[in-house]
Order: sequence, then C-alpha cells, then structure tokens
Amino acid sequence: MIWQQLQSLAGSYPLALRGLGMTVVLSLISLVLGTLLGFGLGILRTGGNRLISAAIGAWVDLIRGTPFLVQIFLIFFILPEFGIELDAFTAGIIALTNLAACFICEIVVAGIRSVPTGQVEAALASGLSRWQRMRQVVLPQAMRIVLPPLVGQYVLLIKDSSVVSAIGLTDLTRVGWLVVQRVPNGLLVFFLVGVGYFIVCYPLIMLARRLERRMGAAHGEVQL
Amino acid sequence: MAVPATHCCSLLPYSLFTIRQSPSLFITARPMLENFSFRTIVEYLPLFGQGLVTTVWLSALSFAGALAVGIVLAAMNLQRGRLFRVPAKAYIDAVRATPLLAQLYFLYFGLPRLGFVLPELVVGILALSLNSGAYVAEIIRAGILSIPRGQVEAGVASGMTYVQRMRFVILPQAFKVTIPPLLGQAIVLVKDSALLSLISVSELTRAGQLLASDRFMPAEGFITIAAFYLLLYYGLKGLAALSGRWFGLQPARSST
Repeated sequence: MIWQQLQSLAGSYPLALRGLGMTVVLSLISLVLGTLLGFGLGILRTGGNRLISAAIGAWVDLIRGTPFLVQIFLIFFILPEFGIELDAFTAGIIALTNLAACFICEIVVAGIRSVPTGQVEAALASGLSRWQRMRQVVLPQAMRIVLPPLVGQYVLLIKDSSVVSAIGLTDLTRVGWLVVQRVPNGLLVFFLVGVGYFIVCYPLIMLARRLERRMGAAHGEVQL
Repeated sequence: MAVPATHCCSLLPYSLFTIRQSPSLFITARPMLENFSFRTIVEYLPLFGQGLVTTVWLSALSFAGALAVGIVLAAMNLQRGRLFRVPAKAYIDAVRATPLLAQLYFLYFGLPRLGFVLPELVVGILALSLNSGAYVAEIIRAGILSIPRGQVEAGVASGMTYVQRMRFVILPQAFKVTIPPLLGQAIVLVKDSALLSLISVSELTRAGQLLASDRFMPAEGFITIAAFYLLLYYGLKGLAALSGRWFGLQPARSST
C-alpha cells in the first residue's frame, strides 16, 4: 500500500529536486554572505566606537525580536515602496542574509570577548597593528568559541529558509505544499519533505556536536 | 472586528503574493511611505489587540505543552536503558533537523488523513508544543548534567534514595540553571507562532496580513505587528534578566 502511495508521488520528483535545489542554493548564498557580514558586524561592534556598536546592537535586537516571517513580509512588500524592485528570490536572500548576519554577529562578539585582555595587550606591546591584532591574535582564539554555535546557526538558517515559501519561492516546503494540493496525502508528502531537510541538516548537527565536544563542553551553549 | 469571510479558508500568503504581482499599484499610489496611514492602524487596533491576545495565550499554552513534552523526553533521554533513550534521541534529532513549517504542514495536512480533523488553532498549538518540546528536553538534560558528580555522590553518601537525591539535590540546582535558556526558548516560541498565520490561525501576524490584503497597506500592517512582537520580546527579555538576578546567577555557571 505504501508502495502504491509512493508511486502516486513519483511524477512529482523533478519538482521535488528543484525544490531541494532551491533550498540548498538559498541557504548556501545567504550562509556565505551572512557569515562575511556577521563577522564584519561582530568585529565592528567590539571595535570600541560607542555609536557604531550601539547602532549594531539595536539592529540585532530588532531582528532577534521579530519573527522571520514578518521580516520577510516587511522586505518583500515594503522595500518596493521605496522604489527598490525586488523579486521573491532576491527578497528571500536579503532576509536570510540579514537574519544570519545578526545571529552570527552575536556569536562572534561572544567569541571575541572571550579572549583574555592580556592577549590583546601583549599584541599591542609587540607593536602589532589593529588589523594584525584581530587577524593573528584575537580571531584565531575566538574561533574556538565561535565555531560550534556557528555550525548550529547554519542548521537554523537552512530550516528558516523554509519560511521564504510564504512569498512564493518554490523551495522544498513549497513543493510539498503544491504536491499536497494534487495528491491529498499530507502525511507521506511532508514526511518526504522532512527527509529532504534531514539529509541536509543532520550531518551539520553531528558536526556541531563534535566541534562542541572537541572545543570543550563548557562553552557549548546553543544560540537560538 | 469581524474577519471577512473570503479569507478564512485560503492560505493567505499565497494570495498576498498575487497582490504584490501588480506593484505599479503601490508605486504610483504611495511613493516612499509618504501616506503612511496611522488612522488605518488605529482603526484596525481592535483586530491587532485580538491578535496579540491570541498570540500570547496560544504561546503560553504551547510552552506549557513543550515543558510537558520536554520533561518526558529528558527523563527518557537520561535513562541508562536503550529502550527509552533511543526513541527519545531519534525524536529530538528528527525535530531539530527539520523546519517547523514542514512539521506544521505535516500535522495540518497529515492529521485529517489519520481521521483527526482538528481546528487549525489546535493543530498549531500541537505543532509548537511538539517542536519546542524537543529543544526544552535538551535544555533540561543539559541542566541536570551540569550538576557536578560530587553533589550526587554526596547525596548517595548521605543515604538518600534516588528520588530524594533528585528532589533535594539535583532538581533545585538544575532548575536555576535551566531558567534563562528556557526563557530564551519561550522567546523563540513566540516568534515561531507567527508561522501559524500560514495555516490561517487568526493571531498577530494574521492580523497584519489582513490589513495588508484588505486595504493594500502592507507597510502599516507589518510594521505594526513587528512593533507588537518587539514588545513581547523585550518583555520576555526583561523577565529573563530579572530571573537571572533573582536566582543570583549568570546563565549556566556551574558551581562546585
């Protein structure tokens, strides 16, 4: 019986592959951009300029305090009113990148603050420039704290990419939604959608756990 | 305020999408938000109020459900025997590796198939409880495991039974450690509850969507609900800070 049900879904598999592809592409692009931006923001925030760090802190709070769905709607429906024409894909990328950057910024800040001040002072005394201190002394040590929650954040990002289906992007979740309109078997369809996400996310979860164990369990708080 | 009947059965965001398809309407009519209409927001305030109240109580109910699910899962996960531990771990991993939206649709489209035809609101609360429960389980487990072994051994040496050790030694200490992350999870849950608008539960986000689609005023609708969510966020964040001071601890510091 299960076999028959699976056969009824066989026709949808190109669509499912496209959906999975869309999920992966969306996540990958915003993951790379979000990481770069997040590190930048984190370094700026700990840079000592009060005004800049307050502004970044306020923005991060704004993003952490509102649901991602609302952020997507805001970007997709309101930016056009400022004359910025967006298609759903760009809007999705912007929303996801922004979200990732804010959470990664927090992670990076926590990492940088965990480096003892003596290290920075020693670097100063050795005559290293600001950039050298960051690049060669602070960041390498901060990475020990940053890495496990960073990977955890990637998992959250991939999962959050499902929400962009709400503005009409055919990602994996939207494909499930479309298929279920034709083949009324929600249980099986969304089980398979779940399997798709599991295949992408579970290795990352395992990696995060492994890193956490290796980097010392004391720092292994999951950032949500 | 009465909800127009035309919207009650459609999955709204996709119909919103069609509004957005004719952007010329927006751009010519209302450039640069210059006719941002506070009057309309005030007019819709009762609807937003209702949505806010619904979001609060359904989140509270879901959080209670998540605590129940989480305690059971954590207890199963801490057993030595595989019989309980393996299913609990599998459940937690499955929930953590799949998005809430897919889980929500799984229940929403799947439960009727099994013969359970439930109102959307119940499906939503169920989905949120089952989802957050997995995260709560991990928080509780981490809290219990954060208690130093010496504490347990001292309990054993004092001749306490397993229940006494749990009741008097481990749980009081673990409780303190778990409160801040649990409040963090509550914040996540409130934000996640926005997804219930996609199965047409009339909560806060849904109220914003209604304003956006009825009056073609997405800016007013979504900015207002964002403000309401921020209110909830800062409320819970303040509570977390307060509880931290109350218990006199920085989050998750294990004392020996």
